[in-house]
Amino acid sequence: MTSSDSTGFDVAKIRKDFPILDQTQAGRRLVFLDSAASSQRPQQVLDAMDNAYLTSYANVHRGVYQLAERATNLYEGARKRVAGFIGASSPDEVVFTKNATEALNLVVGSWGRANLKPGDAVVLSMLEHHANIVPWQMLAAERELEIRWIPVHDDGRLDLSELDRLLDGAKALSVTAMSNVTGTLTQLDQLVSAAHAAGAIVVVDACQSVPHMSTNVTAMGADFVVFSGHKMLGPTGIGVLWGRAEHLAAMPPFLGGGGMILNVTTEGFTPDVAPAKFEAGTPPIVEAIGLGAAIDYLESIGMDAIRQHEVELTAYALRKLTADLGSSIRIFGPAEPHERGGVLSIELENVHAHDVSQILDEHAVCIRPGHHCAKPLMRHFGVAATARASFYLYNDRDDVDALAESLVAARDFFAI
Amino acid sequence: MSGLEDLYREIILDHYRSPRNKGELPAPPARRTEGFNPLCGDEIVVFVNVDDNDTVTDIKIGGQGCSISQASASMMSAAVKGKTLTEVEELTNSFKTMMSIHETDIGGDDSVTSVESSATRDLPLGDLEALRGVVKFPVRIKCATLGWNTLTQAIDEQRNDTAQ
Ligand SMILES: Cc1ncc(COP(=O)(O)O)c(C=O)c1O
Repeated sequence: MTSSDSTGFDVAKIRKDFPILDQTQAGRRLVFLDSAASSQRPQQVLDAMDNAYLTSYANVHRGVYQLAERATNLYEGARKRVAGFIGASSPDEVVFTKNATEALNLVVGSWGRANLKPGDAVVLSMLEHHANIVPWQMLAAERELEIRWIPVHDDGRLDLSELDRLLDGAKALSVTAMSNVTGTLTQLDQLVSAAHAAGAIVVVDACQSVPHMSTNVTAMGADFVVFSGHKMLGPTGIGVLWGRAEHLAAMPPFLGGGGMILNVTTEGFTPDVAPAKFEAGTPPIVEAIGLGAAIDYLESIGMDAIRQHEVELTAYALRKLTADLGSSIRIFGPAEPHERGGVLSIELENVHAHDVSQILDEHAVCIRPGHHCAKPLMRHFGVAATARASFYLYNDRDDVDALAESLVAARDFFAI
Repeated sequence: MSGLEDLYREIILDHYRSPRNKGELPAPPARRTEGFNPLCGDEIVVFVNVDDNDTVTDIKIGGQGCSISQASASMMSAAVKGKTLTEVEELTNSFKTMMSIHETDIGGDDSVTSVESSATRDLPLGDLEALRGVVKFPVRIKCATLGWNTLTQAIDEQRNDTAQ
């Protein structure tokens, strides 16, 4: 068992915290390579959520009894942890949502509705997940907006040669920090400064980057950043919108209801200030607490160490798959491990992604086939589907070896 | 890998590697209908020529997909050519019965028996019987039915047009 790589990162120790990984499927060790879709969560997160339900649960914000106060403190404590984790200047800039998708819909539905008028342009990239395409298309259809697309090179890096022209007169740039298909890390520095120079705000879909590397939204310079808890060792049902205080203050509410108002009369309502303004209804209280515990866990390992481990593992995987499968495999995305995250989309010659995943399942290797909610990108690459393997802190070289071995089996099974 | 051999029967792999009636027909006169499997991104395009006697005189299949969706569509194209629309609908129903019983009851031996008995009451499915193993892999049922659903849509559109 390769328990630690040359960086001294101790995967065997980490795996002990993830009971779900300690299982077999038809006698084979389960190899989980689908964290880009949703990660697993450590015992520490499950315990924090259990404890909240067992000892400190009540609805937040409105109770005066001590139990409610404890629940509120835990919920607001999670907000502080998120703020610290992403370098926000205040917890008030952190809005809890259901997931990244809802956070993007919030930005489009609130900021977009308040600021975009017919004829305005919004710039997206060809790498985007449907979550960062469809909400804009919905508003575009209603408001007659123009959507412009930053093209992508064949190796999955964005082609920024026409960036200034694309941004000319645009009101918003909404772009991924890391592609969930190719693993591409986009050139955020250049994107943010070019967009701001053109007078556009910047929305960053950081769903794939926040779980895997250290993030500082203040240094990033964007206006909004979104991500999901379930991809970073947290539970489902909790996502984050970070927004600059001045934007959040100026924006109208998104959903209406309890918890987001200062006053309601028969004539109308006065919204509360952010973040409460954007958190209508009973929030995902225990899910937020779970996310806070996930952040504690990630910080105890260290985001830089996690990133280094994944770069190393990705480099190993690129070498191993190329060596074992040669010309029968096409791996999408940048060749240089430092320019990408631990997401490998592959196409196996003569074997469709769906069939690849089926055969890999027989080897207890969990990967994902499909369009990965990025159909414009798939169409650009000329494929209907890829098979995607993705790594996290609990994966090691043994997992990559199992992937390579099962891919060889898939290729051979379908060989004529 | 006994399960896998049930799924990937030799005849299925044969249709996948050498799909019958692959390609396009000039549309019009052919009817062109697209089908999508939103789960995996597979896209299929069915081109059909139907004559005045409601007979499928030609059919071609385009698009991309996995072995199951491609093989199923290939077998379907071979099976429906020369049949009337009513016959095609009957065949489609028989095929879907074979595929769908397991959507409510997955896997167990009892349900396999019930499939056998119900299918034999319907039209003989010939080569298509090879796809029976798909029902043990519930997520793949949508792959096997993609071509058929697309053809059904084409036929419905054809009927609506001629009714007008
Ligand atoms: C890049 C990217 N953006 C957005 C999303 C949507 O995340 P969620 O489904 O948690 O809202 C995902 C996850 O699938 C993603 O990978």
